[in-house]
Amino acid sequence: MTSTQAAPELSYLEHKVAMYRSQVALRRFEQRAYDLFLENYVKGTSHLSIGQEAIAAGVAAAMRPTDWTFATYRGHAHTLARGVPMTPVFAELMGRSNGLMAGKGGSMHLTSVEHGVMGSYAIIGAHLPIACGAAWSAQYRGTDQVAVCFFGDGSVNIGAFHEALNFAAIWKLPVIFFCENNLWMEYTRTSEVTAVANPAADRASAYGLESIIVDGNDADAVYEVASLAIARARAGEGPSMIEAKTYRHGGHSRADPGKYRPDDELAEWLLKDPIPLYRSRLLEMGVDEDELLVLEADVDAEVDTATNEAKAGAAPGEELLFQDVWADGSGSWRN
Amino acid sequence: MAQLTFREAIARGIAQEMRRDESVVFLGEDVGAAGGVFKGTVGLFEEFGPLRVRDTPISGLRPIAEIMFADFFAVCWDIVANEIAKSRYMTNGQLTFPLVIRSGNGGGLRFGAQHSQSVENWAMMIPGLKVVVPSNATDVIGLMAASVRDNDPVIFLEAKALYASKMDVPDGEIVDTLGSAKVLREGTDATVVALGAMVPKALAAAEELSNAGIECTVVDVRSLVPLDMTTILREVSATGRLFTVEENPRLCGWGGELSSIVSEEAFYDLDGPIVRITTPHIPLPAADALEDLAIPSVERIVTTIAKSMNS
Repeated sequence: MTSTQAAPELSYLEHKVAMYRSQVALRRFEQRAYDLFLENYVKGTSHLSIGQEAIAAGVAAAMRPTDWTFATYRGHAHTLARGVPMTPVFAELMGRSNGLMAGKGGSMHLTSVEHGVMGSYAIIGAHLPIACGAAWSAQYRGTDQVAVCFFGDGSVNIGAFHEALNFAAIWKLPVIFFCENNLWMEYTRTSEVTAVANPAADRASAYGLESIIVDGNDADAVYEVASLAIARARAGEGPSMIEAKTYRHGGHSRADPGKYRPDDELAEWLLKDPIPLYRSRLLEMGVDEDELLVLEADVDAEVDTATNEAKAGAAPGEELLFQDVWADGSGSWRN
Repeated sequence: MAQLTFREAIARGIAQEMRRDESVVFLGEDVGAAGGVFKGTVGLFEEFGPLRVRDTPISGLRPIAEIMFADFFAVCWDIVANEIAKSRYMTNGQLTFPLVIRSGNGGGLRFGAQHSQSVENWAMMIPGLKVVVPSNATDVIGLMAASVRDNDPVIFLEAKALYASKMDVPDGEIVDTLGSAKVLREGTDATVVALGAMVPKALAAAEELSNAGIECTVVDVRSLVPLDMTTILREVSATGRLFTVEENPRLCGWGGELSSIVSEEAFYDLDGPIVRITTPHIPLPAADALEDLAIPSVERIVTTIAKSMNS
């Protein structure tokens, strides 16, 4: 997975193959996560990104290791795309001590500070102001780090979205707000409850920002638009907001079959599945199919190994219950 | 030694920490050139400039944020209660929040139900937040320094009713300790535990009760989280009686938790019931005549304690 980090030394084609591998890895991870849920290894909720992988892979490829990702509760893909290994993520989903947060956060709160994944946030819209805070920290300290904040189409109707956009605009913060518009807010069609056709892009002008819409199922297009926005932010030219059109192949969360969606809509989007499309593009560009077959088998082996390693993890011990409420490591509130 | 108001102590406490540590920054509405609506931060903008004193989010820094009125915590409660308080635990210690959120708390200014609430009980019930409530100018400086230097999020509640109160404050750096209650007066008959604006009232009541032959110990809690139960249990056991004086509304007020702990751990030292003197469970009225009836007064403290001690 680390191969998806921005790596300018890669050749044009190698870079694209790396983005393909990232998408395949995210897909296979999520498919396994779903299987593990059905097998009752994943106990709590989980929200899969199947169908939306081009966004996570494309944006992560445009970021530097020192940049920050702020994800939503649908955050497995964004976490993995930044280079976090699969084993601790599977283990976190399963509530094991070898989990990314030793089982204390769960699927909706994946965080790996060492990989720049500053958290996955389960309260809709809450993390947009937090991403502004990180961006302001970079601005204050004079670093050229940028914060990339992913959110869903439902977030745009909550107050925190507008507060964050305003902050970012007036302070010219190095932050990229990235809307993954998958057309559905949980079980409700976004267009039925949203005043504008493009939930994020149509609001950009209210904060003096350019309206940017991208095909969220095309990793190259995502990579390009993200690269431009990140370069602008690094250069001190302020925030950007990007709306990517995409679709989740499954339901909102673990057991939701997504039956509220018309069959033809799902069928139409399955034809736009980002992974086969990208694979065909690579073949047309002259990449050897055998190379891709080896890559895909390699990902499958990685998923199998990580699954077994995660399953082998012990349940978190009682000592973790009171640990790290406070910065001194303790959980005590009285003497 | 200099005469300082509670209000002036806030700016001195913050300036002391901002001079010491460049990562300390101050944020809020109207806190820049305006010096804050309560004028508690006058001079900070001039000394530290617009980058470190900003009219209204943060990593790698030690921010002090101002919420003008504590009632407004309701507006940003998601960030405070769901994000700031829980993220360290949820991430297994990966994230740290060295943050102070200071706010004007409580009544007495006839501002009505949305600008007068005492919200220490809101903050106290969220795991992951520390809650500090000074009752005098010297403690403002020392507890502000301790809060800024602490690596956890601290809700720092300043009683608006005390902003104009004055006292002699020692010169030089003042640094206090979180989680240390202070015994302000020693007595043999009853222990009165108070917080914030209720502390001077409890002290005044103790003087009056002394004239009536009832000698009270007065304890200033100073910080609800961490809570100095060692001092409180010791002082309650010594007199055998506990009275709490609370500005927060009755239900789930901090005195309820204190009563519960004392009942569990010092029951056999008690000579009589624990009595809570609180604001009733009502939204606060604006009219002075009504607000004065709602918030515990010296008179109510005196009569409640006297009645209970003489029954």
